[in-house]
Amino acid sequence: MADVIWGLATSHVPSIGAAMDRGKTEDPNWKDLFDGYAPAREWLAEHKPDVAIVVYNDHANGLDLDIIPTFGIGTADSYTVADEGYGPRQVPDVIGDPDLSLHLLESLVDEGFDLTVFQELEVDHGLTVPLSVWTPDPGDAWPCPVVPILVNVIQYPQPTASRCYALGQALGRAISSYRDDVTVGILGTGGMSHQLAGSRAGFINPEFDAMWLEKIQTDPAALAALSREELIRQAGSEGIELIMWLIMRGAMNPQVTKVHSHYFLPASNTAAGIALLDNRPA
Amino acid sequence: MTTATAPTTEGTPMSTPETGGRLNVPGTPIFDGQTSRRGLRLNKMLMSFRAAENRDRFSDDEAAYCTEFGLAPEQTQAVLDRDWTAMIDLGGSIFYVYKLAMMDGRSMQYLGGVFTGMTEEEFQAELRAGGRRDG
Repeated sequence: MADVIWGLATSHVPSIGAAMDRGKTEDPNWKDLFDGYAPAREWLAEHKPDVAIVVYNDHANGLDLDIIPTFGIGTADSYTVADEGYGPRQVPDVIGDPDLSLHLLESLVDEGFDLTVFQELEVDHGLTVPLSVWTPDPGDAWPCPVVPILVNVIQYPQPTASRCYALGQALGRAISSYRDDVTVGILGTGGMSHQLAGSRAGFINPEFDAMWLEKIQTDPAALAALSREELIRQAGSEGIELIMWLIMRGAMNPQVTKVHSHYFLPASNTAAGIALLDNRPA
Repeated sequence: MTTATAPTTEGTPMSTPETGGRLNVPGTPIFDGQTSRRGLRLNKMLMSFRAAENRDRFSDDEAAYCTEFGLAPEQTQAVLDRDWTAMIDLGGSIFYVYKLAMMDGRSMQYLGGVFTGMTEEEFQAELRAGGRRDG
């Protein structure tokens, strides 16, 4: 049986990756963000899992609008880093774990979550920036194989927060029933509050974000009760990405320990948050 | 028997009112299914800009490239005019529209300024001051 040992919730803003790729982490506009990552990175370096599951969304790079799967899972041996327009990020390609992917898929479909299967997938900043938040200097390879889980957060109707939380709970059961004794880290990505378009562009809601950062640990069911409209109203039209944190949280134990959290703004147009949760019994 | 038809937007209102649809959040375009239907060809064209050769072909003759992708005339005009607000109104997804902005060397903060009637510097200053609030 596999065990989730930690959950890492983090924004996946492309400019965070760009700041790292261009050596700007000491820049005054960025330093506080990266200083805020440091305690989480140190802890994560000492708690390397055998495999990671990254819950993320694509941004017009690996997928277009021809097909819009509400939920998807990658089952490939590896995932190429996408060229988002001006050359791919100079980070390692992502090694997959198809055996675990196929086990999770079967288990989730049996529970009524009919995920779309990606046998080929180019992964964009939505997946690689969280890996960089975790591991700033991966060298030739990321710390472990990765199973990508994709969520449509771009086109309304996005899945509800409660459905994401329920998917996470089913994912937790699926992980528990895996044949191999492996440790799992799970990343929920996106957010925090932000809105890119419309006359409300630039909207940020620190009070909502603070509430979310607290309750993702202590009361995720309350977050799962928020409607799509409430999320868009309170977190902005792109802040609805936060529903992906609930998939991570659902896969964890009811009681988790907070290792570290940090909040920063702005990362380009976005409030950026990180919450590292230890899933092992205290 | 079905007949293949050329892309047409006849009878489809092109504009996407910010307050339309099932959700009403002031100042907030909702990229929903109807919007995505209207914007499909525009977004497909914007998606093509991932590849350098497509960016070059677009730059050589922007209007012809828009025609090749079957954009509606008002969508083509919005692209040629770099009317970012109109592109969103006509079904562009911000993540796709941003690919054209990147080609022009424009940032997401620049676009934010356009959408809110500010310069890029003013918009960025508001973000650094903690972001914009409702009301």
